[in-house]
Amino acid sequence: MFQLDNLQHAYDGSIVLRVESWRAAQGEQWLMLGPSGSGKTTLLHILAGILRPGAGSAVVAGEDLATMPAAKLDRFRGANIGIVLQRLHLMDSLTVLDNLLLAQWLAGAAQDRARAREVLAGLDLADKAEAKPHQLSFGQAQRVAVARAVVNRPKLLLADEPTSNLDDARCTQVLELLQAQAAACGATLVIATHDQRVKSRIPNHHVLGAAA
Amino acid sequence: MNIAAVSFSYLKARPLNTALNVILLALGVATIILLLLATHQLEDRMRRDAQGIDLVVGAKGSPMQIILSAIYHLDVPTGNISWKQALEISKHRAVKRAIPLAMGDSYRGFRVAGTTPDYLELYGAKFASGRAWQQPLEAVIGAEVAARTGLTLGAKFNGVHGLGDGGGHAHENHPYEVVGILERGGSVLDRLIVTAYQSVWVVHADHHDIKDVRDIEQQLGDDEKEYTALLLQYATPLAVAMLPRYINNNTGMQAAAPAYETARLFSIIGVGVDVLRAFALVLIFSAGLSVFIALYNAMNERRYDLAVMRTLGARPATLMGLLLFEGLLLALIGAGLGLALGHGFAEILGHALRAAQQVDISGRVFVVEELWVLGLALAVGILAALIPAWRAYRTDIAATLARG
Repeated sequence: MFQLDNLQHAYDGSIVLRVESWRAAQGEQWLMLGPSGSGKTTLLHILAGILRPGAGSAVVAGEDLATMPAAKLDRFRGANIGIVLQRLHLMDSLTVLDNLLLAQWLAGAAQDRARAREVLAGLDLADKAEAKPHQLSFGQAQRVAVARAVVNRPKLLLADEPTSNLDDARCTQVLELLQAQAAACGATLVIATHDQRVKSRIPNHHVLGAAA
Repeated sequence: MNIAAVSFSYLKARPLNTALNVILLALGVATIILLLLATHQLEDRMRRDAQGIDLVVGAKGSPMQIILSAIYHLDVPTGNISWKQALEISKHRAVKRAIPLAMGDSYRGFRVAGTTPDYLELYGAKFASGRAWQQPLEAVIGAEVAARTGLTLGAKFNGVHGLGDGGGHAHENHPYEVVGILERGGSVLDRLIVTAYQSVWVVHADHHDIKDVRDIEQQLGDDEKEYTALLLQYATPLAVAMLPRYINNNTGMQAAAPAYETARLFSIIGVGVDVLRAFALVLIFSAGLSVFIALYNAMNERRYDLAVMRTLGARPATLMGLLLFEGLLLALIGAGLGLALGHGFAEILGHALRAAQQVDISGRVFVVEELWVLGLALAVGILAALIPAWRAYRTDIAATLARG
């Protein structure tokens, strides 16, 4: 599904990320592990196509993201990538349902209310469709962020530290939910985390070392 | 979801900010619209009242005063002119038509103007009821006079000496009778009581014992007959160069050209209008600045939203469009509200002025220049959004998200 080779990224001349090789097949579920500062977020951004790698190749869904033209990259993100950010960054001025419709519109997909409601229902959010994000608990907001990430049936679902600040029970719930949602649309799942609790639940690990 | 829906949701999410910007813009637009409507209708009205009158001849004095008194009936006359001299001018070969005006009395603040039927014809007056006068002391009243005084056909009233509301003694020996009421024509006739010029002679011939008013012309000596002013139409364009100078040099009278005097009047009023217009432009400019600051701050508050939209697949141009549209939407609402306010103010002003028996101004009139004002407002909205939109276009997604 994706294939990273000799990937390297630097900020202001100091290398923050180095990946010799990482291959994942469609539908696989992975943990990206590493201490803080090991470049997990940077790699996630590269996989999501919002950051170009400094060197090396990143082929995702058969496309080389390093050389893809910018306009095509925008479309690529919309069509293939779903991402759950650590700070969820929902659009506060829009309702929950509109947040999902926004994702469909921006991805260039048809705006399918039925699909959006179905995803919300699947995440136990059916009654929150008309609520504004600030009216939700953190757990609900996080599920909305997941819903937004999967509403376009991405091929690659990315999550950045989804379990930090959660107690053990919640942590398990969120993991199961991400796994289930990824499986439901056949997406490859990559969770970036430094949370030791999740290690046992997903067998595929890619460990980033301290880059320097 | 589309650009409009997202922009609108942002405006709705910041109601106070949005209201401030809309109100600032609306006030600027409303002020300019009000000025446009008022000056436009005033000029229109003054032009209509002076149409067909090439020259006004009155007693020596200020030409402006002659125009204001004899055409617009807003000022007192400079004095009277001799009937004999007026007759000579009327017969001058450069004169096509001469309409005499004899004034001096009023009724409840409305002027009595003695003249000939030509005067009614000049304004294309139509009768709502009744007919024109056929003998002295028969009067035709304008629509506004009828509405305000309640005079009806057959009613008799006494003129009061003087042209103001309060002053003067009543001429109780010679009441006027209303024989005709005019339709509203949007001209000065609406506010006039028109009668034969001989009526004015009858009323003021106090020392004569007038038995029969119909042959007043014979009962008065030629030196006793006076007009207040003479409205002239030229027979030839060449008269412009010749007639005023002839009158001013060879008679004891003063000639005043309405075109020149009204232009002078407007250049005087124009200074005030320009100041107000500049003030309105400052309002619109500050509205633009306020929209700019609002959108610029919104840009900072929204940098994550914008970055997230990019991760969801938005093109940079979409984000740019989003902010431009937001500026445009603010301008559109502000301009729309300003338009409505401007017309509303004009209507209110019109009612206030009508109560003071001054010119008619209506808010239910539209002038072409308003489109320019709307265009200006929309341009201000877009300009104000330009820099924030450009910053949105340039958002560095990864760097923004990495910070948050």
